[in-house]
Amino acid sequence: MAALTRRLLRPVHTLGKFVMLMAQAVSSIGEVSMYRKNLISQMTKIGIESLPIVSLAAFFSGAVMTVQTAYQMTGPFVPKSVIGSIVAPTMILELGVVGMAFVLAGRVGARIAAELGTMRVSDQIDALEVMGLNSVAYLILPRVLAGVIMFPVLYVAACTIGVGGGIVAADVGGYLSAEAFVQGAQMYFNPFDPFFGLIKAFVFGFLITSISCYKGYYTSGGAEGVGDATTEAAVASCVFMLFADLLLAAAFL
Amino acid sequence: MIQAENLHKRFGALDVLTGATLEVRDGETLAIIGRSGSGKSVLLKHLVGLLTPDEGRVLVDGTDINAISYEHLRTLRHQFGVLFQGGALFDSMTALGNVAFPLRTFTDEPEEEVRRRAEEALARVRLQGTAPKKPAALSGGQRKRVALARAITLEPRYLLYDEPTCGLDPQTSNTINDLINDLADDLNITSIVITHDMHSVLAIADRAALIHDGVIHWSGPTGAFAESDDEVLLDFVRANEYQIGVPSPTSKNGARERNGEKQLAGGVPVS
Repeated sequence: MAALTRRLLRPVHTLGKFVMLMAQAVSSIGEVSMYRKNLISQMTKIGIESLPIVSLAAFFSGAVMTVQTAYQMTGPFVPKSVIGSIVAPTMILELGVVGMAFVLAGRVGARIAAELGTMRVSDQIDALEVMGLNSVAYLILPRVLAGVIMFPVLYVAACTIGVGGGIVAADVGGYLSAEAFVQGAQMYFNPFDPFFGLIKAFVFGFLITSISCYKGYYTSGGAEGVGDATTEAAVASCVFMLFADLLLAAAFL
Repeated sequence: MIQAENLHKRFGALDVLTGATLEVRDGETLAIIGRSGSGKSVLLKHLVGLLTPDEGRVLVDGTDINAISYEHLRTLRHQFGVLFQGGALFDSMTALGNVAFPLRTFTDEPEEEVRRRAEEALARVRLQGTAPKKPAALSGGQRKRVALARAITLEPRYLLYDEPTCGLDPQTSNTINDLINDLADDLNITSIVITHDMHSVLAIADRAALIHDGVIHWSGPTGAFAESDDEVLLDFVRANEYQIGVPSPTSKNGARERNGEKQLAGGVPVS
């Protein structure tokens, strides 16, 4: 019975531990000298170094969506410019940010969990603490801050490149001209859409980096534990991101 | 002075500490001995506040480290240096970078002075040539010595060693033991050494405390092993000696033979 109760309460315990860790990170935000250098380094790793893979994924998403939309638009009464009206908002509202976040859950989330997990099992985090360093401010805060700062930046890049991919595919594939594509994209453009996308990028940036930090920081069990933490970080990030996506859509749209 | 009073710690269903009480006097070298899994490292982590006891308290110069704020604890930790079992060096930094890290983080000294002090610390552990090497390029013994250099850069009052000779060959172990003695003498550091290596205990410690069943079962000067009739202590010493199977090196406290009687580490007679 006690074991069953413990098992049932485990998610509550995990959530409490996660909230406490994030609260400790936020309360350390004044210790700028502790994390300034690490923040710049993490912004480079999470933002700049992720740009190539995010760009590649966005370009092909936009291009493939254009080709598939053109394939479905066979009716003679539907103007071709509708392709732009479909591809651009989809990139801005959903595919640009969710597709990017999935890529980053693997690239950024797994790396953070593996890095912190290895530090934990090799006593490096304890070594930092014993020196008198706030390990949460030094390790977790810069990673989460870099995530919430750089994900929106990457989102802007992903949307721009994704729509660009759509235009290239439309033009090169002979489906419609670049001008017609842009005209279609402008037709139903809602200024709130990119703003909503930025909100989602901010939230996903927080979820992926904070969940991965949590998994890595509390790793136990040697090399196997690091492997488990890495996998769990990527999977949990994706699952919570999807829930957040639905909640945000229901709340804002 | 460090005092642990009636420490209890449980992990899941496992009671690791069940009332451990310990006193570490200023300037001495105390060895905490015991079998693998007896709770030595758990006790060590309590002494620097890395673990919080379920019951009991740890006093550092009269301050209960579990009753103070995290900020106060961080300041207090500047008095400690810890040598972790694997060294716990930062993989991304060179040996010099590791040693310089506490200086760069906690002092306002110019870079030249930081480098000078870091190189001096490396020289103290006899590793002048390893400054540009990354931890992955160092041997186990070298990693521990770099970690030791890092632990002493901020001139701590207390140095805690978690299995400093574990996994090292006898010669390297002796080098580490010599370093522990040198640091204790030269810098007047209070040392706490977790080990199950009786050769090390006799080479470096003034006193020993045996942890058994979650409590400090026996404590006393290392020279008092021979006089003790405590079976748990004698079993531990004998098992250690038989496992090693060779006489102890020149020790701080124990002779190899007394009155023609063949003796084990610390003067414990062969049973």
